Amino acid sequence: MSATRASHDVVVVGAGSVGMPAALALAESGHRVLVPDARRGPGHGSHKAAIGGVRATHADAAKILLGLRSREILSTWRERRGDDLEWVTGGYVFPAWRDQEASTLRALLAAQRAAGLDVRWLDAEALLEVVPDLERRDLVGGTSSASDGHCSPLLAMEAFRAHAVRAGVELRFDEPVTGVEVEAGRFVAAVTPRGRHPARTLVLAAGAWARELAATWGQDLRVRPDAHEAGITEPVAPFLAPLVVDLRPGPGSANVYFFQHQTGQVVFCLTPAPLAWGDDTRETSSFLPLAADRLLAVMPRLASLRVRRTWRGLYPMTPDGSPLVGESREVGGIFVAGGMCGQGFMLGPALGELVDRVLRDAATDDDRRVLEALSPYRTFASDERLK
Amino acid sequence: MSPEDPDRRLRSHPVLAIPTRELVHIRWRGRDLAAVSGEPISSALAAHGARVLGHHPKDGSARSLFCADGQCAQCLVLCDGRPVKACVTRVRDGAVVEPLDGLPVLAPAGAPSQSAPIEHVSVPVLIIGGGPAGLAAAAELGRRGVRALLLDDKPQLGGKLVLQTHRFFGSFNAVHAGVRGIDIAARLEREARAFESITFWTGATALAVFGDGVVGVLRAAREGQRDAPSDAGGYALVRPEVLLVATGARERSLVFPGNTLPGVIGAGAFQTLLHRDLVRPADRVLVVGGGNVGLIVAYQALQAGIEVVAVVEARTECGGYRVHRDKLARQGVPILTSHTIVAAHGTEGVEAATVASVDARFACVPGTERTFACDAVLLALGMDPERELLLKAREMGMRVLSAGDADEVAEASAAIYAGRLRGVEAARLVGVEPGDAPVDAWQHALEIHRSRPGATLAQPDPPEHDVVPVLHCVQEIPCDPCASTCPQGGIVIDADDIRHLPAFLGDRLAHACVGCERCVTICPGQAITLVDYRRDPEHPTVIVPYEMPDELAAGARVIALDVDGHVLGEVEVVRVRDAIVADHTLAVRVRVPRVIARYVAGIRATAWPTEAEPGVHDAWPAGRAVVCRCERVTADELRALVRAGHRDVHSLKVLSRIGMGACGARTCGPLVRQLLRDEGVAEDEVVEPRHRPLLVEVPLGAFAGPRVERR
Repeated sequence: MSATRASHDVVVVGAGSVGMPAALALAESGHRVLVPDARRGPGHGSHKAAIGGVRATHADAAKILLGLRSREILSTWRERRGDDLEWVTGGYVFPAWRDQEASTLRALLAAQRAAGLDVRWLDAEALLEVVPDLERRDLVGGTSSASDGHCSPLLAMEAFRAHAVRAGVELRFDEPVTGVEVEAGRFVAAVTPRGRHPARTLVLAAGAWARELAATWGQDLRVRPDAHEAGITEPVAPFLAPLVVDLRPGPGSANVYFFQHQTGQVVFCLTPAPLAWGDDTRETSSFLPLAADRLLAVMPRLASLRVRRTWRGLYPMTPDGSPLVGESREVGGIFVAGGMCGQGFMLGPALGELVDRVLRDAATDDDRRVLEALSPYRTFASDERLK
Repeated sequence: MSPEDPDRRLRSHPVLAIPTRELVHIRWRGRDLAAVSGEPISSALAAHGARVLGHHPKDGSARSLFCADGQCAQCLVLCDGRPVKACVTRVRDGAVVEPLDGLPVLAPAGAPSQSAPIEHVSVPVLIIGGGPAGLAAAAELGRRGVRALLLDDKPQLGGKLVLQTHRFFGSFNAVHAGVRGIDIAARLEREARAFESITFWTGATALAVFGDGVVGVLRAAREGQRDAPSDAGGYALVRPEVLLVATGARERSLVFPGNTLPGVIGAGAFQTLLHRDLVRPADRVLVVGGGNVGLIVAYQALQAGIEVVAVVEARTECGGYRVHRDKLARQGVPILTSHTIVAAHGTEGVEAATVASVDARFACVPGTERTFACDAVLLALGMDPERELLLKAREMGMRVLSAGDADEVAEASAAIYAGRLRGVEAARLVGVEPGDAPVDAWQHALEIHRSRPGATLAQPDPPEHDVVPVLHCVQEIPCDPCASTCPQGGIVIDADDIRHLPAFLGDRLAHACVGCERCVTICPGQAITLVDYRRDPEHPTVIVPYEMPDELAAGARVIALDVDGHVLGEVEVVRVRDAIVADHTLAVRVRVPRVIARYVAGIRATAWPTEAEPGVHDAWPAGRAVVCRCERVTADELRALVRAGHRDVHSLKVLSRIGMGACGARTCGPLVRQLLRDEGVAEDEVVEPRHRPLLVEVPLGAFAGPRVERR
């Protein structure tokens, strides 16, 4: 590698939910892309802990935009690129058993529909037609967004990797980026224990581990991880189409959500309350009792479904629950794409394309709206309502 | 095996007593089947010859019992509409059992679950596993008054000892050598249960070691407290100060075409059906693997009247004790070294198997194929330590010890010593000093008992007058019951290292043999005979041990064999001593010509007519060679991925689903690594996946506790 002439145009730090789609988009638009990753394979950080729900049904416009495009990329992947991601357009359902959740959900409807989402309010009877096994007692109704869906984050990562490699992306595993070289206020090279990688641009997509690297160039990236646990069951014959989210808070948990994968397993996850800050991914003994309690309250039929495995992964959280996307003000030639707050998989594909457009000065009006809303330098005043 | 054979239960056995047992009835595919109360569904079905338990959703291939140990999840059936592992779910009168074809339908919501509240337990020492290591550790903790909880997932303590009908090697005085495994289990259990500070949970499965230092334990529902067999009992979270993992080992598997056919089962599974549940799983078996397990299981098959077409061993020598090999050879079983299995044939079960010889690199030599008709292939390829919980506990930073096969696969005698040592160590970790425990001596004995077989030497020529024991014991293995039980002190072994060969002091008057026959019947290797020249020096009688099912009586003609199984001639039985005298080992006295007397090592009553057809049997479709049984991933599929450049086992999982099934890669893990090695992938290139809880699948309702009723 020449010290003067860069062999890459872009160094993408992190082969994860955001970095890999970004690398693919960049390579397919003609960039020479290098992706160093601290771990031994693609998606080995938080990506492989994702359960696979993909929705556009968010509460704010920027995420709705990214969600719509990501959903399109993943749901049409097979016809466009050939790989089976086990996508199912099963929809998302947010049932309400109490007025609190019902009014929260109804309050979001107008803005969501205005943003182009096909989300609808269903009364209890109509909701039970979509999800017959829901707990009926006290069921008020709920929202349903039929175009959302789910697929395999694991297969998706393999597909992104395969196409990225085909497009010329160079992946380097076991190679953490530990710092950057800056000349005249501009990024010139990424530094790893194995050497330096000169490039015009660095894309920081290091997820839960981004803050430390950003600090080396003086940027305070407000990302801090918390841990969430998930589980998967044995496969059973199809009985559940949509991903179901129970927003009710409970003792020890904020919400719980689950869906049946195309291959028959039910995947479930809950948001602990209070949040478990830190990067400890060792499984806890409290998860299964908490999750079982919540799941059976949503769907009593799950009682005899057998749990196969559980795992714990990280959400790179930001103060307001929305991603951090934009150029670094501290050093030129650095673009931040992260702080996905647990939604890297469902927003990353679109974000990757956005990164590519920005780097080749082809940002659209929608992109500019997203960049404005998700600026790493925003004030973090609001709080996302459908995290 | 004829399909749905009306009854394959053992009626008699040379070693095991066949008790009269209470019968219940289950429905299987619309038929009424008699089952023994308390036995697992799989054994009830096997007793009636039903071995296809369902068909796999991926390829429609037949599924069947494989491990019989609750580990591999190949034996799923529907019991009262719910999927259960047939090998660990006990029959209930009136239960409706159906094969599970494809994916199960989730049962409708039932009455609110009757789960017990989640139990929180703190204990100084938690022992996982009630086999020889765990029980020995419990006894040492008990002796020191340390409070400990011992878990075992089986209803019965003793681990794999309860499956073993043969006499064990080792030290007679220290580890019950010369005693049968089943009886050693009872002795160890009795010893451990004598201490009040030890609590035992049987039927309790350790599901996971969590990051907060807690072990999740699923306790079996007590009878009468469950609506359906799949209803779990209580869930308990146990927080130990010290964790002692004595989880034993599991059997290795092998990749060959047809390896998922019903009838291809682990040797341990075969023993479980045969010895624990007294069901004859097959009529003609091929044994793959010439280690101790393979040699023993072949012998045990013969004892149950099951024909053994051959034992194949890929290496040039059997790895098991020579005495095990020899006693099998004396029963006429072909022991084919430098041979391996090429394929199992059949459609919904094994109907034949092809073997071939292998070269120095273990590659099959074309043209050497031979096909045997048989209805089962027993895999005895060695064991791998059951280490998931141990590694997790280390990862979680717990204070953890391990003992027995979980540490290093060896004989049960070694596991007993290891258990004692770790028991003392666990006590020390919770502040109780070992006192007068002979730790150094135990450590020394452990080294000896876990050593591999040593050199094969020659015994001096025995005297040929009066009555003398002839020691056919020529390989150095840790064993001393002959020396320990000789009332005359006439047989001696170096007490410091019982691996040395025993010696007969011969003509020294003080030690003259009195012909008590104890050495003959107690020798675990059946490697001692007595030659009695006293009545007729030209036609002496030879007393040989005998544990085969054939009825022998004075006057019978039998074949006399030398130690290696060479026929010495036909001889007459002159006396058979009652089985009661020496715990079911018959002492059979045969009259022989003087010239062969010292060479007679055993007798055979039956010749096994085993005819192998040369060549690969074209009538059988070539089966698929499966690496991952749970997800039915073939070796071809995996090889294609590896050759496309994949080295990350995580990627292999994602792309092929290997290791994503119910068993958590426990069966296929070593096979994947082997395949990668065979493909020339360097070990440090392979990226191993992380192990995740749970060890077995558990209904969600089991974790919900009584809060289910909150609805």
